[in-house]
Amino acid sequence: MTVTEPKPSYKYVGTRPVRHDGLEKVTGRARFAADLNMSGQLHGIVVRSPHAHARIVSIDTSEAEAMPGVKAVIIGDDFPAVEPGHRQYDMCINVIARDKVLYEGHAVAAVAASTRDQAQAAAAAVKVEYDVLPAVLTIDQALAPDAPVLHAHMMTAGANPPAEEPSNISNITRFSGGELDAGFAEADLVIEREFTTQPVHQGYIEPHACVADTGQDGHTTIWCSSQGHFNVRSSTATLLGWETTRIRVIPAEIGGGFGGKTTIYLEPLAVALSAKAGRPVKMVMTRDEVFRATGPAPGTKLRIKLGVQSDGNLVAGDAYLIYTNGAYAGPGGLLGAMTVFESYKIPNFEVEALDVVINTARSAAYRAPAAPLTAYALETMLDELAEELGIDAMDLRLKNAVAEGDPSTMGFPFARIGFVECLEAVRDHPHFTAPLGPNQGRGLAAGYWFNIGESSSATVNLNEDGTATVVTGSPDIGGSRASMALMAAEELGIDPHDIRPVVGDTEAVGFTDITEGSRATFATGMAVVEACRKMVVELRGRAAKMMGADIDDVDWVDGQAVYTGSDGDKDPLSMAAICAKAKRTGGPLTATGSLEAHGAGPGFAVHLCDVEVDQETGVVRVVRYTASQDAGTAIHPSYVEGQIQGGVAQGVGWALNEEYIYDSDGVMENPSFLDYRVPVASDLPMIDAIIVEVPNPAHPYGVRGVGETGIVPPIPAVANAIYDATGCRLRDLPMSPIRVLEAITANGGSNGS
Amino acid sequence: MLSAMKYASPTTVAEAVDLLGSEPDARVYAGATDLIPQIRAGRPEPAVMVDLKRIERLCAISGNGSTYTVGAATPTADICVHDGLAAAFPGLVEASGLIGSDQIQSRSSLGGNLANASPAADTPPSLIVNDARAVIAGPGGERTVAAADVATGPGTTSLGGGEFIVEFELDQPPARTADAYLRLIPRTEMDIAVVGAAARVTLDGDGRVAAAAIALGAVAPTVVRVPDAESALIGNEPAGDALAAVEAAASAATNPIDDKRGTVAYRRQVAGVLARRAVSIAAERARERGGQS
Ligand SMILES: Cc1cc2nc3c(=O)[nH]c(=O)nc-3n(C[C@H](O)[C@H](O)[C@H](O)COP(=O)(O)OP(=O)(O)OC[C@H]3O[C@@H](n4cnc5c(N)ncnc54)[C@H](O)[C@@H]3O)c2cc1C
Repeated sequence: MTVTEPKPSYKYVGTRPVRHDGLEKVTGRARFAADLNMSGQLHGIVVRSPHAHARIVSIDTSEAEAMPGVKAVIIGDDFPAVEPGHRQYDMCINVIARDKVLYEGHAVAAVAASTRDQAQAAAAAVKVEYDVLPAVLTIDQALAPDAPVLHAHMMTAGANPPAEEPSNISNITRFSGGELDAGFAEADLVIEREFTTQPVHQGYIEPHACVADTGQDGHTTIWCSSQGHFNVRSSTATLLGWETTRIRVIPAEIGGGFGGKTTIYLEPLAVALSAKAGRPVKMVMTRDEVFRATGPAPGTKLRIKLGVQSDGNLVAGDAYLIYTNGAYAGPGGLLGAMTVFESYKIPNFEVEALDVVINTARSAAYRAPAAPLTAYALETMLDELAEELGIDAMDLRLKNAVAEGDPSTMGFPFARIGFVECLEAVRDHPHFTAPLGPNQGRGLAAGYWFNIGESSSATVNLNEDGTATVVTGSPDIGGSRASMALMAAEELGIDPHDIRPVVGDTEAVGFTDITEGSRATFATGMAVVEACRKMVVELRGRAAKMMGADIDDVDWVDGQAVYTGSDGDKDPLSMAAICAKAKRTGGPLTATGSLEAHGAGPGFAVHLCDVEVDQETGVVRVVRYTASQDAGTAIHPSYVEGQIQGGVAQGVGWALNEEYIYDSDGVMENPSFLDYRVPVASDLPMIDAIIVEVPNPAHPYGVRGVGETGIVPPIPAVANAIYDATGCRLRDLPMSPIRVLEAITANGGSNGS
Repeated sequence: MLSAMKYASPTTVAEAVDLLGSEPDARVYAGATDLIPQIRAGRPEPAVMVDLKRIERLCAISGNGSTYTVGAATPTADICVHDGLAAAFPGLVEASGLIGSDQIQSRSSLGGNLANASPAADTPPSLIVNDARAVIAGPGGERTVAAADVATGPGTTSLGGGEFIVEFELDQPPARTADAYLRLIPRTEMDIAVVGAAARVTLDGDGRVAAAAIALGAVAPTVVRVPDAESALIGNEPAGDALAAVEAAASAATNPIDDKRGTVAYRRQVAGVLARRAVSIAAERARERGGQS
């Protein structure tokens, strides 16, 4: 189902052709990073810390180096020293520890050997002497007055007055609007609530993997799966202290990233091992390593106070947010602050957000980073307010929802946005009024993500037969190649399957930022459109030459050059005809588009979730789910729906079962998909995705990013549904059977509908 | 690492016994759905892996009217589609069908599930409430023991050196008898039981319980029988106070641990709930079966 504003009629945009990379993927032939093998390659294995927090006293690699098949062993000292204050200090000391290990699983050395077994045996023989330090495992421990300090240099940024002693608070973000006290004074009802949430993993199926081949000329080629190969190049260059030109990164197909592959782990180690051994080195993480050493989303402690008038007008909001990004400074708190009150008109507000370090893996981005957690707090509190005031939960949101022209808490006025339309789409859906069964409950929640633009490049090459190749620098993590082809098809007027969309390596296409912030179809799409528009001008010029006409008398219509001048009739020229004569009209037909994209339209989503709760065991099953989201314009609607459905699936996992379990020393106890419980297919009903289309005025086709917003509403939607089914408000994640049963028992048994 | 292991595939029980006798570091396997992940996770590799699935007796299901014989290495997928077993032991078949996923079930076996001796294994409680017997072959010939006596603790069994389970024997249940198995997992599949409960109930002509067996998984080092729940049912209709007594007795019989999969309090509470529900389902099935045996 699609809700559409009047929009231009497109020939290809909005259709659903089979994706160009689809057949290779479903037949198992697509090459992911771990599928690549080079002759003579060695296998690299990382030596990881068994301790959550320790000083490295010494590392003895001599025994490992002498073992059969071992060709190279490297440790932190093999890389240029980095000092605090360095732009990528955290990344550098995370990829390989220097003087200290900061979490269990932190890389301390790496070994390359002829076989993986040999490398594993040698890795076990690297002797690391640790001076074990007390581990800081929770936000409360990190903030305790006598807490061990993880980083001796960490002076809280943004502290007022400025920090004089190092602490575990990396930074504080504050901003406000209106008059908070006056706002609360106007309120008829004020509630304040606290929430805790746990770190969760992105749970991509494909473990991190790469192959690096470093030549004697000091140049290296890296094949890897990532969300941004230009970022792999620059980060690797930084860590190694190399010039960018020495590194070429060739993107492999990517088996899921969700934000977790916006940073690097293995590549510099593989390059260094390869340089030392003079052979290609392949490194593939195990699932265990992925869990212990790569990107969780932050855990939080949140306290929010909201004031509302009896007619439902929100008047004041006060948020105190603590995010932990693992052992490093991070943007969690900042992003939480940027999103917490953004969806509603709250004239008086204050936000204070702390980022805190603890001895767990360095967190990485995860779809709409930080926003699902603030939404969990805010959207469940809105439900409470609605109930207290006797106002329908939908009406309360409609009344306060931001719309075009409303100021955001960040200060700028919103451009055209589709929040109200998303609310209405759910309100008008049959699900909204469908009857519920016994022990079932329904929850409504909304979510917001701002989306980003950044740098993108595209090249369009026309082939001799009139087909086209579109090269971009954006790794395709959700079907973006198909969308690039559709936009190019619309511009050039040829069939999308006459266009081959490819992801070019770092030497084949202009600089392109990471596929993150839901930016690929938006920003890289803009670069494709720009390149195509230049190409159309070029095609008109070539056709004019062939026709002996003036370029101004040649239009590009439906994939053909059409003469519009007054000098009699001239046959239109097809793309194939123009390409066939290219040698005689000026040579190869190529055009590029490179830009810094502005105006990424914010994405809003509204979800409706039905759960059934087993009141005696606390098991929650999601039985029906409907999700609306503003896509601006859905270039390829199937992949918009896929993004929405994927966000829901991951959000439901986050809500119900996903959590890291550590022992008292900070050693992870559930580093497998058996015990780290992402939802399986049978856990979810068919997710009904409603695409709302309120075009983004800043994009030639009205696109807004859709990759992230869909994960924002599920946690509160599930929580509100559980409340409806049980009468229990769960303010701690995950809402596992144990927690739900505890809540039901504390509430005096079942109390549901 | 699976590097230097040898592989053997005997085709008779005798051949397997000889092989195990001559090679002290040999290890039998059926589906290897426990064994391979354990080796991958760092458990020592055996020198020889002995595949039991080439031995016909170990993969056969047969019935002679009074007793069913199920080969210890039979894929649970075969058990799930066996009409005779489904009619006689719906709970055991239910438990077999819960193991892992379709892919796992094409390999996983009752013998492996029992001999792996995980406290959370799904089929042992059902084998136990049905009084299954394990036929064991070894250097001293064949012997038959109660399935309940095979596992002795987490990862340990009463099997002697060179012994393996050949098959399970299950007597055709009497009239008005049925079993049921329930487990709690946070997801809908691909998970390990936080609590499992098997029940078998025989009703008399008046709908009262004539015999009952209740066994719990994942709440103690080995499967726990609940005699207090069984005696609370005998002579009563499986309803009301009798079911409440089952619930209380099952909770009381547990001896669980706190671990990453559940807490003591949760396991205790839910064991009672599942035991009660399993008894209800088994009794309902027994009623439906009526006089058939
Ligand atoms: C993804 C996944 C999901 C799973 N889900 C479940 C689940 O839901 N419930 C559950 O209970 N289990 C589950 N398991 C565990 C496993 O599948 C079961 O325990 C299965 O029944 C084991 O059977 P197998 O034939 O594969 O055993 P194997 O791995 O072949 O053997 C297991 C152990 O028993 C020994 N052994 C095997 N056969 C015999 C025999 N005949 N005599 C003596 N010793 C023997 C082996 O030496 C080994 O020590 C799961 C496993 C995986 C990988």
